[in-house]
Amino acid sequence: MEISAIYYIIPSLVMFCCGVYGFITRKNMIAMLISLELMLNAVDINFVVFNRYLFPGQLEGMFFTLFAIAIAAAETALAIAIIINLYRGSRNIDADEITKLKD
Amino acid sequence: MFSNPLIYFVVIPLLMLGGLALCRNIKQIRAVAVTGSLALTALSVWLLVDYLGLRAAGVDAPMLYTGSWSWFTPLNINLSVGVDGISIAMLILSSIILLTGSFASWKIEPHTKDFFLWLILLSTGVFGFFISIDLFTMFMFYEVALIPMYLLIGVWGSGNKNYSAMKLTLMLMGGSAFLMLGLIGIYYHSAPEGQPLTWDLLEIAQNDSISRGWQHFLFPMTFVGFGVLGAMFPFHTWSPDGHASAPTAVSMLHAGVLMKLGGYGCFRVAIYLMPQAANDLAWIFLILTGISVVYGAFSACVQTDLKYINAYSSVSHCGLVLFAILMLNTTAMTGAIMQMLSHGLMTALFFALIGMIYGRTHTRDIRQMGGLMKIMPFLAVCYVIAGMASLGLPGLSGFVAEMTIFVGSFEHADMFHRVFTIVACCSIVITAVYILRVVGKLLFGPVYDEHHLALTDATWWERTSTITLIISVAAIGCFPNFFADLIKFTFSPSIFAVIGMN
Amino acid sequence: MEITIPILILAIPLFMFLLLGLTGMKMSHPVAGILGTLGMGTVLVLSYITAFTYFFSGNPEFVAESGERLQAVIFNQTWLQFTDSLVIKLGFLLDPISAMMLVVIPTISFMVHLYSLGYMRDHHGVYEHGFQRFYAFLSLFSFSMLGLVVATNIFQMYIFWELVGASSYLLIGFYYKKPSAVSASKKAFIVTRFADLGFLIGILILSYYTGTFDFMSLTSAPVDGIANVYQVSELTAEGVKGIFTNSAAPIFMGASVMTWALVLIFMGGMGKSAMMPLHIWLPDAMEGPTPVSALIHAATMVVAGVYLVARLFPLYLMEEAALNIIVVVGALTAFYAAMVACTQIDIKRVLAFSTISQIAFMMVSLGVARPEFHHGVGYMAGMFHLFTHAMFKALLFLCAGALIHAIGSNDYTAMHGLRKYMPITHITFLIGCLAIAGIIPFAGFFSKDEILTACFGNSMLWYVWMSLVAGLTAFYMFRLYYLIFWWKEHKVHEGHHAPHDQPWTMTAPLVILAVISCVAGFVPFGTLVTWNGEPMFAYEGFFTNLAHLDWSVAAISLAVAIIAIVIATVMYKKENPLPAKMKNALPALWDWCYHRFYWDELYQFITHKIIFGCISRPIAWFDRHIIDGAMDGLAIVTNKASWAIRGLQSGRVQMYVWVYLAGALLLGAITAICLL
Repeated sequence: MEISAIYYIIPSLVMFCCGVYGFITRKNMIAMLISLELMLNAVDINFVVFNRYLFPGQLEGMFFTLFAIAIAAAETALAIAIIINLYRGSRNIDADEITKLKD
Repeated sequence: MFSNPLIYFVVIPLLMLGGLALCRNIKQIRAVAVTGSLALTALSVWLLVDYLGLRAAGVDAPMLYTGSWSWFTPLNINLSVGVDGISIAMLILSSIILLTGSFASWKIEPHTKDFFLWLILLSTGVFGFFISIDLFTMFMFYEVALIPMYLLIGVWGSGNKNYSAMKLTLMLMGGSAFLMLGLIGIYYHSAPEGQPLTWDLLEIAQNDSISRGWQHFLFPMTFVGFGVLGAMFPFHTWSPDGHASAPTAVSMLHAGVLMKLGGYGCFRVAIYLMPQAANDLAWIFLILTGISVVYGAFSACVQTDLKYINAYSSVSHCGLVLFAILMLNTTAMTGAIMQMLSHGLMTALFFALIGMIYGRTHTRDIRQMGGLMKIMPFLAVCYVIAGMASLGLPGLSGFVAEMTIFVGSFEHADMFHRVFTIVACCSIVITAVYILRVVGKLLFGPVYDEHHLALTDATWWERTSTITLIISVAAIGCFPNFFADLIKFTFSPSIFAVIGMN
Repeated sequence: MEITIPILILAIPLFMFLLLGLTGMKMSHPVAGILGTLGMGTVLVLSYITAFTYFFSGNPEFVAESGERLQAVIFNQTWLQFTDSLVIKLGFLLDPISAMMLVVIPTISFMVHLYSLGYMRDHHGVYEHGFQRFYAFLSLFSFSMLGLVVATNIFQMYIFWELVGASSYLLIGFYYKKPSAVSASKKAFIVTRFADLGFLIGILILSYYTGTFDFMSLTSAPVDGIANVYQVSELTAEGVKGIFTNSAAPIFMGASVMTWALVLIFMGGMGKSAMMPLHIWLPDAMEGPTPVSALIHAATMVVAGVYLVARLFPLYLMEEAALNIIVVVGALTAFYAAMVACTQIDIKRVLAFSTISQIAFMMVSLGVARPEFHHGVGYMAGMFHLFTHAMFKALLFLCAGALIHAIGSNDYTAMHGLRKYMPITHITFLIGCLAIAGIIPFAGFFSKDEILTACFGNSMLWYVWMSLVAGLTAFYMFRLYYLIFWWKEHKVHEGHHAPHDQPWTMTAPLVILAVISCVAGFVPFGTLVTWNGEPMFAYEGFFTNLAHLDWSVAAISLAVAIIAIVIATVMYKKENPLPAKMKNALPALWDWCYHRFYWDELYQFITHKIIFGCISRPIAWFDRHIIDGAMDGLAIVTNKASWAIRGLQSGRVQMYVWVYLAGALLLGAITAICLL
C-alpha cells in the first residue's frame, strides 16, 4: 500500500488544532508554551512532508525544519527563563493575571 | 555650494547653534545671539543692496541668486534657493526681528541656553523657508519653524502654557496636513505627461501643467494650509492663546515672522502656481478673510488682556494681508507684502513692549494698570507710537500698507468686491477704537496701582530693541515707494496674464 | 517761484517737532519754548513772503494777463506709486485759498506759541510738566496743517488730514493724568476717524473713476506756456462728471456715484469741521490747554472741512444734490450750535459751540454759492469768513485763556465783574464779541454780510434762517461778555491775589489779534479769493467791500445784531430775574439746550450698548465658545475616541489569538467564496 501525503497531513492538522485550542484556552503560561510547541511541530511535519512528496530531489524543506527546531529550542529556553523570572516576581504564571507590564 | 550667498542664511543660524552649544555662561550666549543676528541683518541688507544693483543693471530673471543641489534624486528633491524682492523684504524683516528679539530676551530665565537654541532653530526654519524655491525643502523648513514653538511656549511660557502650546502646535500641524496633501498633489502634476516631475516652483509655474480641475482641489488645500498660519478665520484661535502664553521673543518672532510664512506661502505657492483656481475660488476666501478683518478688530475691542488684544489685532491685520492677496492685482498684492512687513514690525514692537511692561507689573490685565506714562515714559511713548502705527497714522508703516491695499482692492468694480473692500476699510475705525482704548486705560489717566510707582523705565537693551523697531516702522512709513518698487518687480506680467489680471 | 521758501515752510515745523520731541527733555523749559516760537516766527515770515508774492507780485506764474489768479505747483514729489496713474505725491500748491491759509495758520500759530510761553506756567512762573512736549506737538500740528492746505492732491490732503487729527489727539490729551482729557481726546480721534472713513471711501470712488488724485486734473486745466501752472476750469469738472455719467456703474441707491463720492468726502469734512451729527467731539476737545483750543479747535484744523469743500468746489458745483446736502447740514448745525451756546456755563464750551455755529456759516456759504449769482459770492464769503473768524475766534479763545489763567476756573459763575481787574482782556474780548456779532466796522460784519447776501441769492429760507442764527450769535456772545465782565462781583478780590492782566507774552497776542479783528474786514477779499481766481470787483482801492456793500442786506443784519445785543444787555448786564424767568418759562427747551440735545448720550448709547454690547461682546463670546469650542471639541473627540478604542489593546495574548483566528478564518472563507 502506497502511503500518501494525507496520512502525514491529517495527524499534523490534528496536532496544529490541538495547539491552537490549547493556546487559546489554557491560562497557564507553561501550558501555552507547550501548545505553541505543538503548533510549531505540526508545521515542521508539514514542511518535511511537502518537501518529500512535491520536490523529492530537493532539501530546502528539511533544512528549514532543522532551523525551525533549533530556533524553537532557543525560543523555548528564553520563554521558560522569562516565565521563571515572572514566577519569582509574582508567584504566578497565569497569563491573565500578569498585567503589570501593560500599564 | 558655499559660493551662493543665500545658503548663509541657513549656515549662520547653524553655526550659531554650534556656538551656543559650546557656551558656558549667559554673556557668551548673548554674544553669540547678538553677533549671529547682526550678521544675518548685515547679510540681508547687503543682499538688498546687491539685488537692487542687479535689477538696475537690467537682470530680469524672476529669481536671482538661484542655486540647486540635488538632495534625493529618486523623488527629484533638491535644495533649491533663489530670492526676489518679496523674499528679500521678508528676510530683512526676519533678521531685524531676530535681532530685536534677542535683545528682548536678554534676561530670559531659566535654561537660557536651551531657549536660544530653540529660538535659533526656529529662525533657521524661517530663513530656510524664505530662500527656498523647492516645494519640498520649503515644506521641510516650514516644519522646522513650527516644532520648536511647542517647546518654547510649553517651557518658557506663562499662564495656561501647556494648553496653549498644544493647541497652537496641533492646529498648525493640522494646517500642515492640508498643505502636504496640496504640495504632493502639485508635485504629481508638476510637469506635462512624459516629462520628469519637479518640486521647483519656477519650473512648475513655467510648465503650467496643473489642470483646472486639479487646481480646484489643490488650491484650497494649500491656501487653507498656509492660511491657518496666517490666522485666517475660522482657523485663528491658536493665535490669541498661543501669543498670550508665549514668552516675549517668541511672540515677536511668531507674530512678526511666522504668521508671515502663511501669507508668503499663500502668495508664493497657492496663487503663483494655481492662478486659475485662485481666480475662480477667490470669493470663498475673500469672504473668510473679510470676516477675519472686522471680526478680529471687533473682538479686540472687548479684550482685557494686552496680549489678547494684540493677538486679535493680528488676526485683523493678517486677515487684511490674505484679503489683499486674493484681490489678485499688482497694487493690492504690493499692499499685502507691505502690510506683512508693516504688521511684522509693529506687532513685534507691540509684543516687545507688552513683554517689558509685563516683566515689571506682572500683570497684563488693562483693568489693573493705569497711568504708566508717568511711571515708565519711554515704554509708554513707544507704545503710543506702536499704537499709532497700528491704527494707520501717516508717516508710519501701517498707513501706506493699508492704503495700497484699499486702492488695489477698489480696482474691482463689481458689487461683491466693493462691499468687502468697504467692510475692510471699516476696520480702520475699529482699530482706532481698540488701540485708543488701551492707550487711554493703560498709559494715561491716574496711576492705578500705587506699587507701580516704584517701577523703572526701560533698560538699554530694551531701548535698543524698541528703537530699532520704531526706526524700521518709520522708515517704511516715510519712504514707502522704495519698498513698493522693491516688491513690484516681482509681479511679472506673464504669471498674471494667465487669468487676465494686470 | 523758488522752491526753497516753500520747502522751509514745511521743513522748519517738522524739524522743530523732531528736535523738541527727541531732545526736548534734555532742554530747559524756556529754551524749548523760545526755540519753538522762533521756529514758528521764521515760518510766519516765510509764509507772509510767499503769500504776498502770490497775491501782489504780478508774476505770470500767479496771475494771468487777464487778471485771473492761477494755481502754481511749486514742487510735486512722488511719494508712493499705486498704479501708473494713481500716485501719491507730496507737493506744494499755491493758489488763492492756500495762500490765504498760509497767512492764517502761521499767524494764529505764532500767536499761540508766544501766548503759551506765558500761559503754560503757573502764577509763580513755574513751567507746566511737559512744556517741551507741548511745543513739540504744536510744531507737529503746524507742520501737518500747512501740509494739508498746500496739498496738490487729495491723498496728500488725506495724509495730513490724519496727521492733524493725531496732533489734535495728542494736544487734547495733553493733561493725560486727567481722565476727562483722555476720554475727550479719544472721542475726538474716533469721531473724526469715523468721518475719515467716509472721506477715504470717497477718495477711492473718485480716484477709481477719474484715475487721478490730483486736484489739478480734477478741477483745473493747465495754462499754456508756463509749466506747472493751472487754472480752475469748469470744463475739467464737467469732464470729470462726464467720466462718471459714462462709466459702468453710475447709479447707486438712487444717486449717481459722483454724488456719493462727493457726499462721502464731505462727510470727512463734517467730522473735522464738527458738523452735526459728527460735532460731538469739539465741545469735549476743550479739555485741552486753551491755546490749543484757539489754534486747533477754533481757527485752523476745524476749518479743514470747509477748506476741503472749497478745494473741490468746481466738482461740487457739478452736483447740485451734494451742495444742497452741505447747505442743509450747515444750516441745521448753525442753528443747533447757537441754541446750545445760549445756555452753557463753561466759557470754553460757549466758544466751542460758537465755533461750530460759525463754521456752519462757512459751510452754508459754500453750499449756496453759485457762479450765476454775483460771480459765486458765497465761495468768496465762506473763505472770507474763515479768515476773519480765525482771527476773532482765536482772540476770544486767548482771552478766555487769560481769564481762566487768572481765575483758575472755566466757569463764568466764578468770574463776574472782571472789567476793572483785567482791562486789556476786557477790551480785546469786547472787540472779539463785536466782531463775531457782526457790528460794523469789525471784521465779522463784512464776512457775515457777504454770507447773508449769498444766502439771499439762493433762497429766502436760508437768508431768514441764517439771519436768525446771526442774531443768536450776537445774543450769546454778549450774554457771555456781560456775565464775565459785568454783573456783580461774587467775591472781593484783593491784594496781589486779585485777578490781573497777564504778562506781555499773553497780552501782546491779544492786542495784535484785536487789531487784526478791527481791520481784517477791509481786506479786499473779492479781488483776492474767488472760486475760479477771477477777481470779483473791478473796483480798486482798499475799501472795496465797504463801497460795494449791499445796504439792503447789511442794514437788516446790522439791525438784527443790535437788537440781539440790546436783549442781551437787558438780560445780563446786571443781575436780574429775567434769565431765570425765561428758563422757567420754557424748561424743556432750556434743558435740551443745556444738555446739547442729548447727542452725547445718544452716542454713548450707540457705542457702548450697541457696538460694544451687541457686536463686540457677542463676537468675543462666539470666538471663545463657538469657534474655539469647535477646535477644542475636535481635540476632545479625538481624545475620547482614543480612550474608547484603547480597550482593544488589552494585552491579553489569548484574545489577540482569537481575533487573529477569527480574522484568518474569515479571510479564508471570503477567498474560498471568491474562488468558487
